[in-house]
Amino acid sequence: MRRGLFLPIAAALGFIFLYAPIVSLVIFSFNQNRLVTVWGGFSTRWYAQLFSDPKILNAAILSLRIAAVSATIALVLGTLCAVALTRFRRFRFKTLLGGLISAPLVMPDVITGLSLLLLFVTMQSLFGWPAGRGELTIILAHATFCMAYATVVIRSRLGELDLSLEEAAQDLGATPARVFFDITLPIIAPALASGWLLSFTLSLDDLVIASFVSGPGSSTLPMVIFSKIKLGVSPDVNALASVIIGVVALGVGIATLLQLRRPKVGPR
Amino acid sequence: MSKKSQIAADTRPWRDPAARPFVRIRNVTKKFGNVAAVNDVSLDIFKGELFCLLGGSGSGKSTLLRMLAGFEQLTAGGIEIDGQDMAAVPPYRRPVNMMFQSYALFPHMTVWNNIAYGLRRDRLPKHEIAERVAELLKLVKLEGYEARKPDQLSGGQRQRVALARSLAKRPKLLLLDEPLGALDKKLREETQFELVKIQETLGVTFIVVTHDQEEAMSLATRIGVMNQGEIAMVGEPTDIYEFPNSRFVANFIGSANMFEGVVVEDESDHVRIRSSELGTDIYVGHGVDCSPDQTLWWSIRPEKIRLTRDRPPPTGVPGDANVLKGFVEDIAYLGDMTVYQVKLESGRYMRVTKANSLRGDPDAIRWDEAVWASWDGSAGSVLTS
Amino acid sequence: MTAEVAAPTAPTRRRFGITHWLAKMGITGRWVVILPPALWLTVFLLIPLAVVFKISFSEAVVAQPPYLPLITFGENGEVQLTLHLSNYLFLGEDSLYIAAYLNSIKIALVSTVMALLIGYPIAYFVARAPGRWRNILLMLVILPFWSSFLLRVYAWIGFLKNNGVINNFLGAFGIPQITMLYTDFGVYVGIVYTYLPFMILPLYTNLVKLDTALLEASADLGGRPFRTFLSITLPLSFPGIVAGSMLVFIPSIGEYVIPTLLGSPSTLMIGRVLWDEFFSNRNWPLAASVAVAMLVVVVGPLMLLQRAQNAVSGDS
Repeated sequence: MRRGLFLPIAAALGFIFLYAPIVSLVIFSFNQNRLVTVWGGFSTRWYAQLFSDPKILNAAILSLRIAAVSATIALVLGTLCAVALTRFRRFRFKTLLGGLISAPLVMPDVITGLSLLLLFVTMQSLFGWPAGRGELTIILAHATFCMAYATVVIRSRLGELDLSLEEAAQDLGATPARVFFDITLPIIAPALASGWLLSFTLSLDDLVIASFVSGPGSSTLPMVIFSKIKLGVSPDVNALASVIIGVVALGVGIATLLQLRRPKVGPR
Repeated sequence: MSKKSQIAADTRPWRDPAARPFVRIRNVTKKFGNVAAVNDVSLDIFKGELFCLLGGSGSGKSTLLRMLAGFEQLTAGGIEIDGQDMAAVPPYRRPVNMMFQSYALFPHMTVWNNIAYGLRRDRLPKHEIAERVAELLKLVKLEGYEARKPDQLSGGQRQRVALARSLAKRPKLLLLDEPLGALDKKLREETQFELVKIQETLGVTFIVVTHDQEEAMSLATRIGVMNQGEIAMVGEPTDIYEFPNSRFVANFIGSANMFEGVVVEDESDHVRIRSSELGTDIYVGHGVDCSPDQTLWWSIRPEKIRLTRDRPPPTGVPGDANVLKGFVEDIAYLGDMTVYQVKLESGRYMRVTKANSLRGDPDAIRWDEAVWASWDGSAGSVLTS
Repeated sequence: MTAEVAAPTAPTRRRFGITHWLAKMGITGRWVVILPPALWLTVFLLIPLAVVFKISFSEAVVAQPPYLPLITFGENGEVQLTLHLSNYLFLGEDSLYIAAYLNSIKIALVSTVMALLIGYPIAYFVARAPGRWRNILLMLVILPFWSSFLLRVYAWIGFLKNNGVINNFLGAFGIPQITMLYTDFGVYVGIVYTYLPFMILPLYTNLVKLDTALLEASADLGGRPFRTFLSITLPLSFPGIVAGSMLVFIPSIGEYVIPTLLGSPSTLMIGRVLWDEFFSNRNWPLAASVAVAMLVVVVGPLMLLQRAQNAVSGDS
């Protein structure tokens, strides 16, 4: 349906809007001078500064660790939840579970963060655990809200899965647990990977919730970045941004290539 | 299907009142909410049968099948297989296997692994599994395809893998849900024949669900016609076709010319029906369970009617019965037979078919001819419901 | 529903160890699946909200934790429950909070509309693109989402500030500086930019399923391209528009980072108010009451809307 030039131009402008800031970030990370907006010559000094800054490096390692653990917890719990909601016809509190698992999707981060912090404080005063907040509390918090997203992804895939495959397995003698591990899990594996990656990214990226539930000595990467950029622009942040964007672009590029290469599968 | 009739004729257990049914379905009801998909169905199926559940969509046949497999819980009634009550038995513990309409082949497993799956669940030793899988591949003529995945197979090949997989565990009872539905006509005919052969060779009891009456008629030892959750009629294909017990069954199988009439003579050796829809009397040469002045229906198959240009000679039937005038309005030449659309004086139409046993018959009846239609006294069925 | 506990007809050689023992304890298969997420969510989602609710009835004190306990025990063993409604009264009286709510909704609404206007052409373009290109374009749309949200907002600081990229560009043409950073406009740009992929994806999913035959039929009947768009494409893409808009509107209301980095100090958004009450004023009970009010006014109706949507589309 040709709509003349309007559509391609509008779309092109849209893509430019999406990418211009990112491109400028990367360009100015190589800027010689401190001003992030006036070009002063090519230099990689900011990258050197970035990689020798212990604060940022420690924060990065912490964030990656937290993200990996949270994503894994979120995936396991999210899968269980998705199975319960799509495969079990009726059970007590099913609607409540469905509501709870969707809550983080609509709740603003500030409320999630505040409520979890208050929980940890209350628990500490009642049981003595968790003693102080830090990596553990951030993991617990991240797992909780990432779980909601993982459930959405897996639930949607499970909903599309042909039930007769699972029935056929049962008919051939597999108990429901067996069916899950032999048939369901392998077939939805790509969705599980998506769910994990989504949770990983969300955890890595989270600022607000981590700010609420972290403690002294456990600053995540977003927290470190935020404190820097609140004061204004800073070229080593540009360098950091370029590194992250580079890694992400590489990852997405590889994933897309793999998807394009894989032959079209027949009926699921 | 001569071989089948030979075996079936020698042992037709449903005709033996002392025979013990292999599958007993007793007053089974299945409700979804307030809607009864299966309503108080009772059925006995005997060992070695190829039983067809025939019906349109919504007739409940698939639901009944799923209850036999264990995928639906019964709202009421009971199912016994080989003397064992299936009420508390989940699908993975029943001596029943099912071939699904969509085949449901596991897409992430090879053909070999698909077929071996059920055997693995029984924890058979490896060499036994290998032997059995090889045996089955030979049976369905798919040797050499072990390493393929389902998406590398054609529709017909997938169907055969599904069949092999469902037979792997030597089930006592095999359920087939529209097994030939996805195949094209030619393939369907070939596969029908093979399916029957396999069933006879293995002696497994088959229950096939289908909406295709031709398929049911050619496959089945017995057919159960279902309508809106209930059994309309159970019987051998000839019984269903030639002696339907209701208008529904008469209309459902093949085509039928159906006319309403009133009983004017009700004797023990004959019945006379007056039908204004038809335009003449119907003389039935045997007694029928009815009463005088009762309104009922009479149905006759198209191939049982003779068309002649001149009035046929009297056959000894009292009164002007079983004969009337008509006008050939339309003819359809189907190659093996010709279908005549005959308009009667009453305004109704009669569908008459005639096998083209003569090649290029110069004397064949043509369009716009006035003809006489006639039939034997016992050629039609009297239906009271 | 398949029956999971049954009298075995033949002895099974080996049972799945753990399920056997759990079954002995009365926990059948299903609850092994349901309980872990259910318990987790109860502890880490339901109870925290209850705690927030409870603390909103408390009062701020200089202590650790900085609020009064609700339940106190007297000397004679009596139990006293103290509920302070002062926080809620304060919310109602001080116009700041109501203004913040309304402003948040206004900003979210404007941003959603802007995102729709920018995102729709992109989604349409990608949906109508030929096969191979579609995947690549889609990847290009999603790519920014996978990179850090914080850093992308930061990028706009460089773009929008005085002597920033845009202003320098305009300056080259002799156009005077436009103040964009630390204004409401900056917030709009930030929100639209951050949430644009969330608008594009549902629209794309919807548009890609649009049957081209419908468009051809319209053209065949004499409809010019724009008319076809108005009468056919737009109405049919309505579910996508709604989905995308919800995904942008809802989170935007409670946004904190974007107004803090790109907006002015007087850009009132409710997320920021909550944060400031908590971190700057150390008034936990008031922050809690802001949270409760936010939940009731905003999240509650939205969850009901989601429930209604699910009921219509039929949840599995």
